[in-house]
Amino acid sequence: MEEFINVGKRIPKLDAEEKVTGKAIYIHDLKVPGMLYGKILYSSHPHAKIKSIDTSKAEKLPGVKAVLTGYNIPPIKFGVYKDNIPLKANKVCSLRDEIAAVAATDPDIAEEALNLIKVEYEILPAIFDPEEAMKEGAILIHEEHVGGKEKKPTNVLNLPWRLMAGDVEEARKNSAHVAQDRFKVTWVAHCCMGTSGCLAQFDLKNNLTMYSITQIPSLAQRDYTDALGAMGLKDKKVRVIKTMIGGGFGSKLDTYAFEYIAILLAHKTRKPVKILFSREEEFFATSPRQPAIIDIAQGCTKDGRLTFRDIRMTLDNGAYTSWGATTPSVMMMPISSLYKVPNIRYVAKCVYTNNTYSQAMRGYGNPQATFAIDSQIDILAEMAGIDPLDFRLRNANTPGEVTPQNFKIATCGLRECIDVVAQKLDWRQNRGKRDGRGMGMASMIHVGGGARVYKSDGCGTIIKIDDFGTVNVITGATDMGQGSDTVIAQIVAEELGVRVEDVVVTHTDTDICPWDVGAHASRTTFVAGNSAKGAAKKVKDQLLEVAAKSLGESPENLDMRDRVIYSRKDPEKKSPLGKVLRAAHYTAGGSMVMAEYFYDPPNENLDREFKGNLSVTYAFGTHGVEVEVDKETGQVKILKYIAAHDVGRAINPMLLEGQVYGGATMGIGYALTERLILKDGKVMNSNFLDYKMLTAKDVPNIETIVIETNDPFGPFGAKGIGEPGSVPTAPAIANAIYDAVGVRIKDLPITPEKVLAALKEKAKK
Amino acid sequence: MNKRTLSFTLNGEPIELEIEPHLTLLQLLRDKLELTGTKEGCGMGECGACTVLLDGKTVNSCIFPAIEVDGKSVITIEGLTDAQGKLHPVQKAFIEYGAIQCGFCTPGMVLSAKALLDENPKPTEEEIRSGIAGNLCRCTGYLQIVQAIKAASGQ
Repeated sequence: MEEFINVGKRIPKLDAEEKVTGKAIYIHDLKVPGMLYGKILYSSHPHAKIKSIDTSKAEKLPGVKAVLTGYNIPPIKFGVYKDNIPLKANKVCSLRDEIAAVAATDPDIAEEALNLIKVEYEILPAIFDPEEAMKEGAILIHEEHVGGKEKKPTNVLNLPWRLMAGDVEEARKNSAHVAQDRFKVTWVAHCCMGTSGCLAQFDLKNNLTMYSITQIPSLAQRDYTDALGAMGLKDKKVRVIKTMIGGGFGSKLDTYAFEYIAILLAHKTRKPVKILFSREEEFFATSPRQPAIIDIAQGCTKDGRLTFRDIRMTLDNGAYTSWGATTPSVMMMPISSLYKVPNIRYVAKCVYTNNTYSQAMRGYGNPQATFAIDSQIDILAEMAGIDPLDFRLRNANTPGEVTPQNFKIATCGLRECIDVVAQKLDWRQNRGKRDGRGMGMASMIHVGGGARVYKSDGCGTIIKIDDFGTVNVITGATDMGQGSDTVIAQIVAEELGVRVEDVVVTHTDTDICPWDVGAHASRTTFVAGNSAKGAAKKVKDQLLEVAAKSLGESPENLDMRDRVIYSRKDPEKKSPLGKVLRAAHYTAGGSMVMAEYFYDPPNENLDREFKGNLSVTYAFGTHGVEVEVDKETGQVKILKYIAAHDVGRAINPMLLEGQVYGGATMGIGYALTERLILKDGKVMNSNFLDYKMLTAKDVPNIETIVIETNDPFGPFGAKGIGEPGSVPTAPAIANAIYDAVGVRIKDLPITPEKVLAALKEKAKK
Repeated sequence: MNKRTLSFTLNGEPIELEIEPHLTLLQLLRDKLELTGTKEGCGMGECGACTVLLDGKTVNSCIFPAIEVDGKSVITIEGLTDAQGKLHPVQKAFIEYGAIQCGFCTPGMVLSAKALLDENPKPTEEEIRSGIAGNLCRCTGYLQIVQAIKAASGQ
C-alpha cells in the first residue's frame, strides 16, 4: 500500500475561504466601467407568426442605448443542429423564444423598455405531445425541416440513434421470461443557485472578451468566434474569462441565445453589456433535463441470465435543438453495458414540439435510461422467481469484459458495490415483507476515463515554479464548485514532492490556459488530473537534472519529498527546493523550471454503428434504499440510503463525498419530488416554492461507501465521480417502494398522488 | 422622488445615508454599498441566498425594505471575520468539512448557521436541519453543511 502525502487526504477546497467570506466574484458581482444592462423579451405564444414588432417607443425611452430584434441582426445560427437563432424573426415556436433585446443604463429601464415593445402575432395551432407530433399530418414546428428517405416535411429530427448487437428477435424467442414496460421521465431543472449571465465587451479593434460561466471555455470560445464571423468580424480574437461559477451540473455545457444577444448588444452600443437572468428566467428560459418516453423489453433465461434488451425511445426535442437531442448517444452506454446483456436493439427518435428544449444535465441521459432498465430488472427478477440481489450479481459486469458496444472494461468494482449495499441494508433478512417498509437497489455504469465525444478529449497543463517553490499550475480544466482545482493541486503536489499549499491553480482565462474540451462526462479528475500529473513529472525531471549538478549525484538517484530534494542512496545529500531553484536561476546561462503537457486519453470515437471504447475506463456504483410508505397519504420516507461507488481512487475523499451527496440528493429529487411542469408549453412552476427541490429537512442521511479499484489508467488510480451519484437513484427508490407496498411506479417523479392511485388500483384487483 | 435618511449599524460600524424609499435591503447592500457577498438567488424570499442578520435574526434581504433597518444592526457575511481577519468558527468549520462547493448559497447559509448557534448553542441534528431549511443548496446535498455546523457548535 503506497503512502501518499497529498493524495487521499481530506484537503479543503482551495477557494473555500474566498467563498465563505463573500469575497468570491460571480458574474452577478462583476461590474466594468460604462457597463450597460441587457434584458430579453420573450414570446407570448408557444406557436405563432410574428406579424410586426414595433420598438419605436422603447428606443425613445431615456437610458435605452439599443433595441434589437430578429429583423436587425446578422444571421447567427447556433445549436448542435444549427436550427436556432438568437432573436427570432417571422415566427415563434415556444414560449421561451427570444424576440427582442434591450441594452440600457440600468436594469429597471431595460425592463420598462421591454414593456414598450409592441408585438403583433398571428396565433398558430401548437403541438405539445411528441408522440402526436411524430404522426403524419401533424402541425409542423419548422416547416422547412425535411427528413426521412423521401425528404418530406416532418417534426422528426434526422438523427441516427440506433444501436444493434447480436440478434434480439432470436434472443427473445429463447428467453424463459420477458418483461415489457413503458417508462416515462419528464423535465427537471438544474436549479443552480447562481442564475445565468454573461458580460460581453469589445475592444477598439472589435476583439471580444466574454466574461462567462461556461463549463466549456475552449468550445465556447469557438462558438463566440463563429458568431463574430457571422457578424462580419472574421479573424477577430475572442478571450473567455470565467468568473466564479454558481453551479453547473451540465447547464453551462451549451452556448445560449442570451450570450449571443449580449455580444450583439455590446457590438451595437460599443459598450460592455451584461445580461443576468432572474430566477423565473432561469426556470423557463434555460434548458432542462431531457424527457423521454421509454418502451423497454428485457429477457432472461430460467436461471436469470439476461438475454436481450430491446428499447425504443421518443424524445421531446422542444422547439430547437440543444444537447438533449444527443442524450441517446450516452443512453446507449447503460443500454448496452449495464450488466452483461449479449443482444441489444435501441432506436431513439427526437421530435420537435412547441415545448421548451433540453440540454445536458448530470448524467446526460444515463439517469433516464437507468431508471427504465434497473426498474425492469426487478420486474424480470420477480418473474423468474429470483432475488433481485442475486439477479444483479449473476449478471454483474466484470473487469476485462468487452461489452456489446465494444467498451473495454478495465477496473470494475460493481460486485463489491452490490455486496456492500446488500450487507449494509441487511438485505437477506429485511427484504420481501411488503409491510409498508421495503428496500431496493440499482446499479450504474458511466464513463470514468474521459469520453471521446469530439475528435479531441484532451486537456493541457502548464506548470511553472518561482524562485521560492510556489508551483503555478495553469490548466484548461474548469472548476464549477466540484473541486477540480483542489484535486489537480493534490495530484501535482504528490507527483512533484511539495505540499498542496505550495500550489496555485489557474483555470479561468483562455488567453492563458491551454485547451480543454470541457467539464463534462465526469472527465476532469481523470483527464485534467493525468495532464497535470504529466506536466508535474516533466517539471520534476527538470528539477532533478538541475539538482544533480549541485548535489553531485546522478538524477536517477534523486527524489523530492516535502520540498526537499535528496539522494536515495545517501539521504544526507539533500537540498531544499528553493535553494536549488535559485541556484539554477541566478547564474550565467541560468534557467527556470517550467513544463507543459497535453494529455489526450487513449479512448475511441464511436464508429458509425456507435461502437467503440468511448472511455479508457468505466465507473460503477450501486445505490440501496430502505423506504417506508404511508399507505394513507402515499408519502415515501427514506429510512436508509447507501451509495457505493467504484471510484478507482479517492484523490480527495471529502470532496468526493460531496459529489456523491450532492449527486444523490439531486437524484432523490428526480425520483420523488422534482418536475418542471409545462402546460400548453408554459412553465407553470418557475419559482422555488412550486418547484420542489430538496431542503436540508428533506435530505436523508446518505452513507457513502468508496470502493477503490486502483485503475491503472487514472492519475494515482482515480476514475470519474461527478455524475455517477445521480444515476441509479430513481430505480433504487422505485424498487424499494415496490418491495414496501407492491406498487410499481413507472413515471417520475414518484409523487404521493401516484403511489396512492396505484395502491387504490391494486386494492381493486 | 423623495429620498429618506437611513441610520443603522452595519457590521459593527455606524452608517448614515440617503436612499430611495423603495429600495430593498439587498439592493442597498449590493448596489449602493457594493457589498456583493450577499447574493440574489431568487429575488422572492424563497431560497435564502440573500440572508443577512437584523438585530441577530435572519431576514431575506431581497424582500426586506431597506428603510426598515433604521436604528437597527445589520450583519452581512463581510462582517463575520474579526478586525484581524480571523474567521468565525462557523466559517472555519464550513471550510474544514467540505460544506462549500460552488459557494453561491454559502454566505446566506453561514449567517443562518450563526443565528442558529447564537440562539441555540448545542442544537440537535434535527434543529440544525430546521435552522437552515430556508437556505437552498444544490451542490452539497446539505450533509457536510450539517456536519460543519455540528462541529462549530463543539459537538
